[in-house]
Amino acid sequence: MQSSNAMRDLAVGIFALLGLLAIGYLTLQIGGVSLRPSEGIVMFATFDDIGGLSSRSPVRIAGVKVGRVEAIELDDDLRARVRMLLDQGLELSVDTAAAIRTSGLLGDQFIALEPGAEDELLGNGDVFSFTESAWNVDALVGAVVHGSADDDEKDD
Amino acid sequence: MIGWIRELGARTTAGVEALGRIVVFGALIVRAIFLRPSRIRFVLAAIFDSGVLSLALICASGATVGFVLGLQLYNTLSRFGAEESLGTAVGLSLIRELGPVLTGLLVTGRAGSATTAEIGSMKATEQLDGLRMMAIDPIHFVVMPRAVALSIAMPLLSAIFVLFGIFGAYLIGVEMLGLDSGSYVSSLENSVEFRDDVLQSLVKSVVFGMLLGLIATWRGYSCEPHAKGVSRATTSTVVTASVCILLADYTLTALWGV
Repeated sequence: MQSSNAMRDLAVGIFALLGLLAIGYLTLQIGGVSLRPSEGIVMFATFDDIGGLSSRSPVRIAGVKVGRVEAIELDDDLRARVRMLLDQGLELSVDTAAAIRTSGLLGDQFIALEPGAEDELLGNGDVFSFTESAWNVDALVGAVVHGSADDDEKDD
Repeated sequence: MIGWIRELGARTTAGVEALGRIVVFGALIVRAIFLRPSRIRFVLAAIFDSGVLSLALICASGATVGFVLGLQLYNTLSRFGAEESLGTAVGLSLIRELGPVLTGLLVTGRAGSATTAEIGSMKATEQLDGLRMMAIDPIHFVVMPRAVALSIAMPLLSAIFVLFGIFGAYLIGVEMLGLDSGSYVSSLENSVEFRDDVLQSLVKSVVFGMLLGLIATWRGYSCEPHAKGVSRATTSTVVTASVCILLADYTLTALWGV
């Protein structure tokens, strides 16, 4: 009787452990919650139109993931201000450009950083001065239909 | 005409009265959690019955649902050239809806019905009355451990179900259909949020567990004390709990506002 109880308790313990591990994996790995205060450099960029960018979207340089979007908010001029968390030790020159790109035709949107040529480097909390907004499919279609994007703007 | 209205009134009163009884029963269970002596060993035994023994069913069902999702969504998404988003589609549907709801329904059939049948046959064979004769509260001794066990087991089983589903869809999408493993995992991790998705999933499964614990023990505790009554109570547990879980799922989704 005692040993069967012990076996049962062991089974319950293993079950609880498995379940908690599953919840932990979902929360930490897939849900992306980090227990430690997130390490890295915070940088900002302001865009006219962020399209479908959302928090946790990746930030890439030459296709390599170097960070992610932490928060998106409207600034005082009613433009979208994106807060990014980039890998520690990343050295970016002051004329680095941030552009919103799409992976594939309909894929997720991400921020592509294009390193510049200046010697001076950006530091923690700095703002990217050169930005390029998301491509708007409506504008693209308009451009194709009306011959060029400029004509389309005149119609408006 | 008067008779018809009187009938309606009687039914309404009976409905409200039944609801009130269940609420009081639920309150008694909550009170029993804090009564001495603590019945922690009974809770463990009940977790073994409802949780550990459901594990094989949950793992197999989770993996199968993952296979099906992987296959169906891959075919649909690839029509739009968006098969890269398989991870997003699988992850969000499993974590937000399918995981908690299917686990809830499976556990209802596997463990909820057994709980009702067990308590019901205890009542039919006058074991609950026997406990009362010995001044032992059957709610504290029999009902509370089983209700608490279902509430604890449900979120654990649901999380395991979700992981097996994600793994199943990975097997189909990546290993069989040749999707890039990195794009599956990164689209999954990029689109799943903690607060909107994982927390919602956990809250849902805890609520479903409590609902099932309450309904299964109440149906057993209040069944008519004979073989036919136990069988009716068991059927009624499965039907009521399933409908309640689906309704609660809709309500929680709407309240979450996502």
